[in-house]
Amino acid sequence: MKLYCLSGHPTLPCNVLKFKSTTIMLDCGLDTTSVLNFLPLPLVHSPRLSKLPGWVSKDGTLNLEKELKECAGRVFVDSQPEFCLPEKELLDLSTIDVILISNYHCMMALPYITEHTGFTGTVYATEPTLQIGRLLMEELVNFMERVPKAQSATCWKNKEIQRMLPGPLKDAVEVWTWKRCYSMQEVNSALSKVQLVGYSQKVELFGAVQVSPLSSGYSLGSSNWIIQSHYEKVSYVSGSSLLTTHPQPMDQSSLKNSDVLILTGLTQMPTANPDGMLGEFCSNLAMTIRAGGNVLVPCYSSGVIYDLLECLYQFIESANLGTTPFYFISPVANSSLEFSQIFAEWLCHNKQSKVYLPEPPFPHAELIQTNKLKHYPSIHGDFSSEFRQPCVVFTGHPSLRFGDVVHFMELWGKSSLNTIIFTEPDFSYLDALAPYQPLAMKCVYCPIDTRLNFHQVSKLLKEVQPLHVVCPEQYTQPPLTQSHRSDLMLELQPPPMPYRRCSVLNLPFRRCYERVYILPELANSLVPSEIKPGVSLATVSAVLHSKDNKHTLQTSMVFPLLLPPSKKRKRVMEEPPVVLAPKPLLSGAVPLDAFLATLQKHGITEVKVEETADGHILHLQAEDTLIQLEEDGTHIVCDNNEPLRTTLRDLVLRFLQKL
Amino acid sequence: MPEIKVTPLGAGQDVGRSCILVSIGGKNIMLDCGMHMGFNDDRRFPDFSYITQNGRLTEFLDCVIISHFHLDHCGALPFMSEMVGYDGPIYMTHPTKAICPILLEDFRKITVDKKGETNFFTSQMIKDCMKKVVPLNLHQTVQVDDELEIKAYYAGHVLGAAMVHIKVGSESVVYTGDYNMTPDRHLGAAWIDKCRPDMLISESTYATTIRDSKRCRERDFLKKVHESIERGGKVLIPVFALGRAQELCILLETFWERMNLKAPIYFSTGLTEKANHYYKLFITWTNQKIRKTFVQRNMFEFKHIKPFDRSYADNPGPMVVFATPGMLHAGQSLQIFKKWAGNEKNMVIMPGYCVQGTIGHKILNGQRKLEMEGRATLDVKLQVEYMSFSAHADAKGIMQLIRMAEPRNMLLVHGEAAKMEFLKGKIEQEFSIDCYMPANGETTTVTTNPSVPVDISLNLLKREMALGGPLPDPKKPRAMHGTLIMKENSLKLVSSEQALKELGLNEHQLRFTCRVQLQDPHSDNDTLHRIYTHLKSVLKGYTIQHLPDGTVMVESIVIKVSSSAEDANTKVLLLSWIYESVYRSLRVWQPPTLDIFLR
Repeated sequence: MKLYCLSGHPTLPCNVLKFKSTTIMLDCGLDTTSVLNFLPLPLVHSPRLSKLPGWVSKDGTLNLEKELKECAGRVFVDSQPEFCLPEKELLDLSTIDVILISNYHCMMALPYITEHTGFTGTVYATEPTLQIGRLLMEELVNFMERVPKAQSATCWKNKEIQRMLPGPLKDAVEVWTWKRCYSMQEVNSALSKVQLVGYSQKVELFGAVQVSPLSSGYSLGSSNWIIQSHYEKVSYVSGSSLLTTHPQPMDQSSLKNSDVLILTGLTQMPTANPDGMLGEFCSNLAMTIRAGGNVLVPCYSSGVIYDLLECLYQFIESANLGTTPFYFISPVANSSLEFSQIFAEWLCHNKQSKVYLPEPPFPHAELIQTNKLKHYPSIHGDFSSEFRQPCVVFTGHPSLRFGDVVHFMELWGKSSLNTIIFTEPDFSYLDALAPYQPLAMKCVYCPIDTRLNFHQVSKLLKEVQPLHVVCPEQYTQPPLTQSHRSDLMLELQPPPMPYRRCSVLNLPFRRCYERVYILPELANSLVPSEIKPGVSLATVSAVLHSKDNKHTLQTSMVFPLLLPPSKKRKRVMEEPPVVLAPKPLLSGAVPLDAFLATLQKHGITEVKVEETADGHILHLQAEDTLIQLEEDGTHIVCDNNEPLRTTLRDLVLRFLQKL
Repeated sequence: MPEIKVTPLGAGQDVGRSCILVSIGGKNIMLDCGMHMGFNDDRRFPDFSYITQNGRLTEFLDCVIISHFHLDHCGALPFMSEMVGYDGPIYMTHPTKAICPILLEDFRKITVDKKGETNFFTSQMIKDCMKKVVPLNLHQTVQVDDELEIKAYYAGHVLGAAMVHIKVGSESVVYTGDYNMTPDRHLGAAWIDKCRPDMLISESTYATTIRDSKRCRERDFLKKVHESIERGGKVLIPVFALGRAQELCILLETFWERMNLKAPIYFSTGLTEKANHYYKLFITWTNQKIRKTFVQRNMFEFKHIKPFDRSYADNPGPMVVFATPGMLHAGQSLQIFKKWAGNEKNMVIMPGYCVQGTIGHKILNGQRKLEMEGRATLDVKLQVEYMSFSAHADAKGIMQLIRMAEPRNMLLVHGEAAKMEFLKGKIEQEFSIDCYMPANGETTTVTTNPSVPVDISLNLLKREMALGGPLPDPKKPRAMHGTLIMKENSLKLVSSEQALKELGLNEHQLRFTCRVQLQDPHSDNDTLHRIYTHLKSVLKGYTIQHLPDGTVMVESIVIKVSSSAEDANTKVLLLSWIYESVYRSLRVWQPPTLDIFLR
């Protein structure tokens, strides 16, 4: 069993597991941090951005002013933003049988994998994962396509040139594999390969392996996966949460007894407490509004935003924000809000019971109904006429490189009354803000990451007791910036097996058994004999059928009968297999006295017994035959007398066990 | 031999009060727990004393499964759990769990508050009963205990309707509840995978009907409603608040929109608004089209359909009213019916099945004079139309489901005896499987023949698979020999050698030696070589080797030659072999039993 690691990003994993003749891709994360190297895509012409100076190396030898722009000492690529894809060269991606998706954030690279690699398999995901994943992809495509950029910068990617560039561009990895965003057509085609599954549904893969999603508690429909055969079990834990937010709680007990547990998607903010962050978010928001400023919240269109809105729902009245407009702007804002209300089965208990009343599970329905929260597909159209300040705007993309958020940055960045509050943990806020510097607007960083922290995960692992743990190498050492914090890493016995991008791990597995089914007819014909108390043996000689990785044993060839009668397939009687006569093994020893008595009964009376080092030699004088009896063998020396030999053989066999 | 037993306590050769007991692999399961609309006495509920004469049912049942929220499938649940006594798990889907208590409460109100019956379950009992409910998701495998697992499939009959697959070891039963094999305007079609259950328990409401295309039926319905409205008549459509009501509402709503009609459509209030809300929140349980477009337009937000007030019934002019309940046996639909029955311009359309004993059933059978409570009679002058809109599988659909699931046995419930008989014949003929149709209280027993799962050592399996020939063909059957070790609860199949090793037994070798004398003047070596060449020419297809240590081996028989001490020309041939270790090629296909090799 092998694990191929195609992504080095611990929370946006992409691994391939080879297990019992199946090739399973675990998640398909797209590393979008690469877009931070690019210039923002403004929705309306931005004089500031267009006036940025081009970059020329200090000695003037390197002139890339068309491709690279300088802003506040940092260099950005002026081109449509590109993403860092999972590794495509490590193994032939067309051999992948299935892709298991754990949550909607971990499927964004799907079109790159399913569309241009010869992939012919199936993708498994839960319904909320598919629907919300589709929304996020749609949004991404929309963000890119509505502000097309003619220019595609490539010169800077030249290895020789890249070496000369200032950081962080200089250190960006595998830039030549970076790709532009996919098209909606590719998204649709990729998602048409998704087959929906429910929690605890058992899905058979080719009869060899069973996979099953478990609730992971992180987002709507998010799942961990169990990949198992009858004898081996691999757990894939990705983006799990033990906090009580909106999704169904995490199913921990089903992870027990794993041979291998692959651990990804831990919190990216191990030192930030989500509850504390939420409180800070609210108080900063209220403070800014009271001072007459606007609040900008760059966020994804699904996920934490539901919790933020729920929190605000309770907070608005008490903070006297009843008249402040809240705007949610995204091409998929409406869909996201609507979809969140229809997945009762996937929600926590509290929200489920609301649906029974029947009431919408999320209170944002009421915020919309009372006009406190308004949603718009973009800043164009209705929004521009209804827009009132001061207000709170939720909009994407959290990288601040594209989407409507770019417009608000340009609009509000110059005033210190306004505040931008970062809640998504995926991007470093300083990097995100870099192309907007110098900035007057206040910045508040309260990243809310509900995924497992190191304390929770070590407790979890203690409970579920996997034999081996595999995890990204980042989890095996403290974060670079906090190297003294040994509590911010995984410490396990045996130590976890770390992986990095392009690692190929041999998982420590020894398969010993396989399941075979004995058909009733054969089962009834078996004759067990008790060897020791509680242990019986039966010799099985049968015909083995292996079909779709299922093995059955039966007494004779009945499979023409198994064919459905309706099928008019002419099947020639198959050539029976060349059967290797089994070698019945004998076991036990022949007791001298009992054997002599038996011989006597069969009319062999003249026996001379001679003791030897290892046993006895019996000389049957009348028959001129020797029988050598030893602990682990019997030797019959008998000349041309077939009847006698047969009799003696049968008498000896009476005392032995046949296997 | 393991057996599966099925006993209907209700719905055996009958429609109403569905309640079926199944015993499988030592587990007892109750499928549905419904009431009968046609009775007002004890016969209303299933006879639970069949399970036990005295006391609670908890220790006799491992679980209860409710297929959908119709009262003939869940109406007796609080009575069973709270009044007879059952504390085990009750499984149902989320929508059923949401809607079922509302219908139960409604049923209770009609029975207790309106009819004044006592000794009936209370509101509190409904709440306590619902606390025992464990929600089921579609396709989720739920482990009831270590051995019993259940899995729900989409049934399409009403919102949240499910079929269940019940499995213990390798034995299994599928119960369909009520289902529909054709998608309609708001629900999808039932689906199940090829799970090959030992028994398929199917409803058979429309056992003999093969319904015409849905489009024709809808056109017919709309035409009748339209005509009636045109001539100024009032149309009453008795429905149950959830289910067909939404289907017909969608139908009329789109028709009104298209034809730009102005006549009012009303929906009797109370349940209905709430009902539509359930449909909005459980939109994932509706059909593909509605799910796809719900963000743009939610099909359950009706523009033309308004809530009904009691006083509207006397308003002049045409109108269409949906009123509950569906079989005209009580409540608002009956009140309106009484008001409108005298006018031949009016029309009542019965869109679903009516149980015997209800007014719906009577007028459908052509009765024109009805005896009402208090000896009054009611002349029925209005037009009575029947349109089958209830979403049950018809004969074609039932056969289709059998083809999907490939059961080994079939059992029919929830239908009329005569119709079942017909379908039973058809099933037995077409699928060559046994089909049963027990009456209430009658037990059907089928023996199952489960295969035995065994752990085979991978070494043995690989060895046997490799022997299939130079190119292993996975489809070809192969002979295999091994030893089955039965220890406590484990069954392990290993090679004989491994069995010896694992059990700490020693191998006992049985050898035979036989001396043959012959006259040959050549040297020992030459004699041996001549024997070698001779055997080689005689025994084709065997492995014969001349080994450098002065032996010839035919397969595993060892031949040695030595000269006798007295006479160099007399050679002694020593033939030595281990107990039956000769390879044989079996060209005849028959079970390779030990006998052949012991000869």
